[in-house]
Amino acid sequence: MIEWDGKILAEEINNQIPKSVLGSSKDSVFIESEKIYEVLKFLKETSGFSFDLLSSITAVDYIDHFEVVYHLKSLITLSKATIKTKIGFDRENQPEIDSVYTLWKGADFQEREVFDLMGIYFNNHPNLKRILLWDGFPGHPLRKDFVTNSQSIIQKEKES
Amino acid sequence: MSIKSEPITINLGPQHPSTHGVFRMRVTFDGETIIDVEPIFGYLHRGSEKLAEERTYTQVVTLTDRMDYVSSMLNNQGYILAVEKLSNIDPEPRGVWLRMISSELQRIASHLVAVGFLIQDLGAWGTPLTYAMREREKILQMFEMLCGARITNSYLRPGGVFMDAPEQFWSALISFIDEFPSAIDELEKLLTSNEIIFSRTKGVAVLTPEQAINASITGPILRSTGVPWDLRKNDPYDFYDKVDFNIPIHKAGDNYSRYLLRVQEMRESLKIVKQCVDFIEPGPVRPHHDDVPFLIRPPKGDCYVAIEGSKGELGFYLVSDGSISPYRWHVRSSSLINLTLLRDMLIGTLFGDLFVTFGGIDINMGEVDR
Repeated sequence: MIEWDGKILAEEINNQIPKSVLGSSKDSVFIESEKIYEVLKFLKETSGFSFDLLSSITAVDYIDHFEVVYHLKSLITLSKATIKTKIGFDRENQPEIDSVYTLWKGADFQEREVFDLMGIYFNNHPNLKRILLWDGFPGHPLRKDFVTNSQSIIQKEKES
Repeated sequence: MSIKSEPITINLGPQHPSTHGVFRMRVTFDGETIIDVEPIFGYLHRGSEKLAEERTYTQVVTLTDRMDYVSSMLNNQGYILAVEKLSNIDPEPRGVWLRMISSELQRIASHLVAVGFLIQDLGAWGTPLTYAMREREKILQMFEMLCGARITNSYLRPGGVFMDAPEQFWSALISFIDEFPSAIDELEKLLTSNEIIFSRTKGVAVLTPEQAINASITGPILRSTGVPWDLRKNDPYDFYDKVDFNIPIHKAGDNYSRYLLRVQEMRESLKIVKQCVDFIEPGPVRPHHDDVPFLIRPPKGDCYVAIEGSKGELGFYLVSDGSISPYRWHVRSSSLINLTLLRDMLIGTLFGDLFVTFGGIDINMGEVDR
């Protein structure tokens, strides 16, 4: 399987959807968060890319912002690509992004998981509610500011 | 005369013997026909991804064991490959062959559990499951020789495995390779052309390839719809490009083809084990401590590595901030994602088909909830 080079893919996307690419790295492309649905729709439906399999959706909390990461694979062109987007620079409000449920049904549980554990709201998701934790659980545990009661040595080392 | 009926909602699980763990479904029936299913997860959620952020890279191996506890070796392999890619570790060839042997044996063990319990869910109490478990026991005993543990192995380390296999492992493995084909034949004689299995599984819960791909379904379920998609072939990791094996596929996409596919995959896995035994050469099983220290500090960055697990694409996304523990660890759990279409598969089928479909998907709650 071929892995798309970030720079080449970024150029291809930018030619079709102007002002959508923020930057690129060796293996991933950073997309403007408002255009994520448009870009992923383009990548799924254009021949040459045909990313028909959504491998994974996940999110990382980088304290000053959140990064939502999409791993795409294509069974037709036998290639894979990584698309990233940055949201939630303002920590007071809940970060929001468009759901890709209408493109890939496989996003259903994965987006619910990201919502549950990271607290990112997916617009237009048909059934966005907590999946692993119960309703009324305080906070979102995978955020870095979630306080755990851990006494682990590593955490102490990090704090000191 | 028509009989008037009204829908009734029943709660199944989490403590139900047929749900393979603590899985809960809210099922609505019209008579005996299912009209709505809502799966409810989270009864086994232990927060592995959060726990990993407070452990060193080697300690996280023990967390992967407890995800899908019937295929720990495969979980180990996926995670170790991600660590190796992130920190540019070059594994020792003997270690790689050993982990290929152990993960293929684990795939056989996992498929034996899947097949055995599928038959159990059909109502064949005991006998076929015992046949499957007897073979799995041999594999677990070999794992005990390798690392001292049967289920939670933690056998793999960055750069290879944690110790070389003892003498008695090889003799046990050779006799297993000799005996296992006849054991599968025996199991197949009981089941493959069994009239009851035909009538209960053929044409039940059919998926089309388009549906399966759109819902990110991978592994045996995708291959049972006729798509030859196997990451060992399509995106080879370890030494899978050096061994010769086939990807069995079926066109029907029903519960029967899922069962048959797993049986055929076991034979292919055995073929791989056989070749690994031929290829393996003496040497160190993992790099020296000077090359790969006990406390690994990968450079800043992230990586996503996916392997072909026993249930589908098992992906690991690791983010490093340069410290001794992962900044973020995400598991792309195939068990959870394969349940995406559960509702579509079950609607219109009968109550008795529910557990058969569920057994056919083959999930493990430890991996669904993590």
